[in-house]
Amino acid sequence: MQEQETLENESREGDEQAELVEELLIEEISIDGMCGVY
Amino acid sequence: MSALTTELKRGLDAPICLTWELTYACNLACIHCLSSSGRRDPRELTTDEAKLLVDELRRMQVFYVNIGGGEPTIRRDFFEIVDYCVDGGVGVKFSTNGAFIDAAMARRLASTDYLDVQISLDGIDAATNDAVRGDGSYAIARRAMDHLADAGFGPFKISLVVTRQNVDQLDGFKRLADSYGAQLRVTRLRPSGRGADSWHELHPTNEQQRQIYRWLLAHGEEVLTGDSFFHLNALGEPLPGLNLCGAGRVVCLIDPIGDVYACPFVIHDEFLAGNVREAGGFGRIWRESELFLSLREPEAAGACASCGSYDACQGGCMAAKFFTGLPLDGPDPECVGGDGELALAGVSPGSAPRPAADHSKPVRPSPVTFVRR
Amino acid sequence: MPSAQAESTQLQSVALGDRALELAPRVAVRPEPFGALAYHYGTRRLVFLKDRQLVCVVEALASHPSLGATFDACAVDARRRPAFERAIAGLIESEMIRERADD
Repeated sequence: MQEQETLENESREGDEQAELVEELLIEEISIDGMCGVY
Repeated sequence: MSALTTELKRGLDAPICLTWELTYACNLACIHCLSSSGRRDPRELTTDEAKLLVDELRRMQVFYVNIGGGEPTIRRDFFEIVDYCVDGGVGVKFSTNGAFIDAAMARRLASTDYLDVQISLDGIDAATNDAVRGDGSYAIARRAMDHLADAGFGPFKISLVVTRQNVDQLDGFKRLADSYGAQLRVTRLRPSGRGADSWHELHPTNEQQRQIYRWLLAHGEEVLTGDSFFHLNALGEPLPGLNLCGAGRVVCLIDPIGDVYACPFVIHDEFLAGNVREAGGFGRIWRESELFLSLREPEAAGACASCGSYDACQGGCMAAKFFTGLPLDGPDPECVGGDGELALAGVSPGSAPRPAADHSKPVRPSPVTFVRR
Repeated sequence: MPSAQAESTQLQSVALGDRALELAPRVAVRPEPFGALAYHYGTRRLVFLKDRQLVCVVEALASHPSLGATFDACAVDARRRPAFERAIAGLIESEMIRERADD
């Protein structure tokens, strides 16, 4: 089962303290959802 | 296409898992057998060769193997190999017709760490099932399931291949699996192995494909599909799953004599990457074989380029196209838009590639007539 | 071992960055060009780690007194730490990472 949160990338405004909003850096995948095996 | 699928299509440093057919010997003669199994091949890997292979899979950190065949439990060293895998940190899932799972074996399986069992069944009653898998095979499978349940094995899998004859039984299969606390696996019939001969009679009709799609949309989160129905994504909302072909990129097949193929559905020279007995073993084949490197190149849409559904269906299944004589850069024979059917009409009879080898037992007169070449 | 639910309660009361964490015992982390694959042999769950610096953090967790200290050791830029914390929280929820008992 896939769990995915995608956050939009914000453009940096030159503010050194600004948080970089990134995509979630992990993604769970279902290997049984993979063609080519029994 | 997400970043994940893009990365997976480029190929991993090692398979996540792979299918390992231990033997071509089998006590059954299912009419659609993807490996044309029946008789043992005398060139089978020995126990020692099997263990050397496991050592390599451990080094590569392959997480688990899907063991099958033929009927893997026919091998006398079946447990020796399984225990060697599990003790070495390689998980084992195996696929069986259940013939040898008696009460004692069920208890032994229940006590083995990281071991998943999948029982094959193609009908919820003997009539439907045995027409494909042979007289008595339904009873054999049910008995194995009962033994596993009695031994406290926990959740096992029931795996079916969807055919024209069992499409209406999907709800029944779900109920059967639920009654055992088992997980249902619903997979696609490919024209591979003996399936090449029976495909035209067995594969679902266009209307039935839509029925399958609707059923999977409703139940897909509760069942496994081996992701084999992504060609149906062209019908609308994508089905749950990765929806990509992992052959040669994420998974592959090692056959009983050590031949390495892109996947279990393409046992043919065209998709043969090498043999584990060669210098460099399995690792070299996975990392450097010409076949796998070419499969990891971005694929060409070819004849499907102008179709709006290509992103969803990705041109379907290599094996389905190859063994029906269709070009790989064109529609799947079961293309939901009907383009596959059109293309099939142009394939001259008898021109489709034949499976690599036929390990089937010779046909003897029997009360039940199988559809065979 | 705290349950996932108890852990998430604890996460609310104490900052994640101050927790001592470790990989769960049956988890294997396998490096790949894009980051790593993490596989849990007990649950059979598979997680794709999409960032190599995140992989460095995950593998170093057990050797540092807190997640924050691990970030320091792996030179994670302050502006990336919230995203890294979200990833770590996700891995705790997937039972790939757990709190260390030995604090």
